[in-house]
Amino acid sequence: MDLFNLPRRDWITFGLFALVVVTMPIWLTPLGASYPGLLQKFAIFAIFAIGFNILFGLTGYLSFGHAAFLGVGSYTAVWSFKLLTMDALPAIMFAVIVSGLFALVIGYLSLRRTGIYFSILTLAFAQMCYNLAYSVLTPITNGETSLQLTLQDPRVIDSALAARPEGLPSASIFGHVFDGFEGFYFCAALLLIAFFIALKIFSSPFGMMLRAIKSNQTRMNYTGFDTKPYALTAFVISGMYAGLAGALLAVTDPLAGAERMQWTASGEVVLMTILGGVGTLIGPVIGAWLIKYFENIFSAFNEQVLTRFFSFLPPEITEPVVTISSKFVGEGWHLTLGLIFVLVVVFLPGGIMEGVRRIGALFRRTTPPSAPAARPAAPTIQPAE
Amino acid sequence: MTLITKGLSRRSVIKTGLAGIIATGVAPTIFTRGAYAQEFCNAPTGDTVTIGFNMPLTGAYADEGADEDRAYQLAVEHLNGGGDGGMIPTFSSKTLKGNGILGKKVVGVTGDDQTKADAARDSARRMIERDGAVMITGGSSSSVAIAVQGLCQEKGIIFMAALTHSNDTTGKDKRRYGFRHFFNAYQSGIALGPVLGEAYGKDRVAYHLTADYTWGWTQEESIKNATEALGWKTLAPVRTPVGAGDFSQYLTPVLNSGADVLILNHYGFDMVNSLTQAVQFGMRDKQANGKNFEIVVPLVSDLMAKGAGSAMQGIYGTSNWDWQLTDEASKAFTKSFGAKFGQPPSQAAHTSYVQTLLYADACERAGTFYPPEVIKALEGYEFDGLGNGPTLYRAEDHQCFKDVLVVQGKEKPANPFDLLQTVATASRESVTYDPAIFGGELGPDTAVAC
Repeated sequence: MDLFNLPRRDWITFGLFALVVVTMPIWLTPLGASYPGLLQKFAIFAIFAIGFNILFGLTGYLSFGHAAFLGVGSYTAVWSFKLLTMDALPAIMFAVIVSGLFALVIGYLSLRRTGIYFSILTLAFAQMCYNLAYSVLTPITNGETSLQLTLQDPRVIDSALAARPEGLPSASIFGHVFDGFEGFYFCAALLLIAFFIALKIFSSPFGMMLRAIKSNQTRMNYTGFDTKPYALTAFVISGMYAGLAGALLAVTDPLAGAERMQWTASGEVVLMTILGGVGTLIGPVIGAWLIKYFENIFSAFNEQVLTRFFSFLPPEITEPVVTISSKFVGEGWHLTLGLIFVLVVVFLPGGIMEGVRRIGALFRRTTPPSAPAARPAAPTIQPAE
Repeated sequence: MTLITKGLSRRSVIKTGLAGIIATGVAPTIFTRGAYAQEFCNAPTGDTVTIGFNMPLTGAYADEGADEDRAYQLAVEHLNGGGDGGMIPTFSSKTLKGNGILGKKVVGVTGDDQTKADAARDSARRMIERDGAVMITGGSSSSVAIAVQGLCQEKGIIFMAALTHSNDTTGKDKRRYGFRHFFNAYQSGIALGPVLGEAYGKDRVAYHLTADYTWGWTQEESIKNATEALGWKTLAPVRTPVGAGDFSQYLTPVLNSGADVLILNHYGFDMVNSLTQAVQFGMRDKQANGKNFEIVVPLVSDLMAKGAGSAMQGIYGTSNWDWQLTDEASKAFTKSFGAKFGQPPSQAAHTSYVQTLLYADACERAGTFYPPEVIKALEGYEFDGLGNGPTLYRAEDHQCFKDVLVVQGKEKPANPFDLLQTVATASRESVTYDPAIFGGELGPDTAVAC
């Protein structure tokens, strides 16, 4: 049972993470984010960010074109729905395979260069994919209009097994149709699997190799290691994560649009990772949740909501406060997010996770007896990680 | 890593796993049990009814979205008995009493659809799943309308489309839960054809610049069919991305292409940019094939005419409605809108307002919010007094049939809002077509629990 062999600390991380994810519908209720549509997005983009972090956090290769794999995953899944069956499993399988193949080709070409040149190459490939999806391949992608299910779709396997139902079918798993929170728990289960795999990679010799690439690739090459296959494997794995996320987007909402592949979408996952903390396990997930929360909840605030929120203030103050703060919510949510991003990068270069660590360190200093005892233990674990 | 084997014992792993399975298996039923008690999604239970207004506040069509927002504020106010009632007194159906819908006060929730299908569906899902909206309306792009309409069909929520002009919305992508009051590209073609023939002659060569999505495609096809019936020739169309900003690279080849008419299948800021640039290139002063070079914009609105300024003068197009119409309903609506916002309403505002009123009225006539009954009340409904004259909501495709206005940019505007003049009106009979020509299926009207 080597598969489930993890250091105790990782098991605790995993357990806590699972608890947080499973109880999301409860603790997000007071924040106004506890509805299936957004919870599914939380789980899906967490997968996307975790996958991106395997490449960026471990090898240091900054890909600026990861949204391409997300889009490829979505298109593949929707085509699987249209042509074969509404079952989610084949759709996810095909999406992961196809996006993995895309990642193999793009990664093979892009990994010939490092640093900024690698970033530009991936960006160029992603923009190519976007433009292909947007205009050239319109018969396959339906361009700006987005690919959707129609009543005329063949759905070969489904129509062979049962009579066609009236109306548009929904994605299902072994004939069970997801509704609302079930869709979220399906995504959450996959998120936990994805997180577990990431844990394994982080603590494996393979992960060690990827970290070595990040710290000094030239030295690795001089000592006789060929680093390219390792970097390429990391690239493909992270592309498959993106494909899985794209497939889940299609499973929870059977629609695929070209804007999913745009460079802004690629930039978003970079933001998520940096905001949360590059190279940490939990950081990218927190970053993804924060950005999705802002995009969906903050952008829906309007002046009426603000007026209600600030109603405890005296009326003469309420109006200017509402006027000023309304610039930062609604359409202005990008502004707030930008400000937070600047603050995090300036004061917490390691992302939100660094903030968490600093707060943790503060508490540890107040309990002197245990602190010295814990310190020497850490270096012995280090090499194993 | 393989050196450290001191993980958890098998027993504790199984225990944790079981706890996880129980948590994942049980949790969903806790949260959805309450929802199953309803016979349909988001049935209003308290003394309020929630409507979702989903419109573009950012993106290429943001001007239209802002005006839709104003119209919805006005509609909610009038339905709840505030203001002067706008078009409620002129509406042929007298069910609306200013006491909300079915006695429940109307509350609106808003969202930004960003003129993107993905974002629009996210926003609509938030309104349906969190805010409990019983109806969604709005939108200023056909790709958004088609995407949200698909979602609403799945969720069993009625969608009253606002600004969407593609033939597909009530054609091949029509849905039982989607309704459109706005006219479509096919009707624009029928209305605009004769006017163009009279103004520019029968022997013309047209060059199409087309927004690259469902609306652009169908409008291009409709205008092409209408003008080719006159005897015009059409060159291969050029597709442009939505929100391109700069159209000079697409406009440069036009003058040497042998065309003498440029047809801009653009909307919103895109149309403002492309038209302004075309005029700046001096296209309207040029001669081609021995004739004056002309520009046509098949779908125009006041907001675009305002954005394009003097470039719009003399340009032909079609409109769903214009604030300068002289019937009682249009005058009442313009007065009411002007008093609240200090500017006349655009056609986007008009169709949004009318759609909200029509939904409210359908609920009143059905006596319930139960969607299948409301759909039956809207299908085949004949009404008047909402600014477009006698209008029919056709049952076969949920498209409204009414007169279509052919407008022209005014040469000498009397005031900053006096931008378009109506030069012809295509009668409702002339723009009525067979629903079968576009195909598509409405699907079932079964209510969905959520």
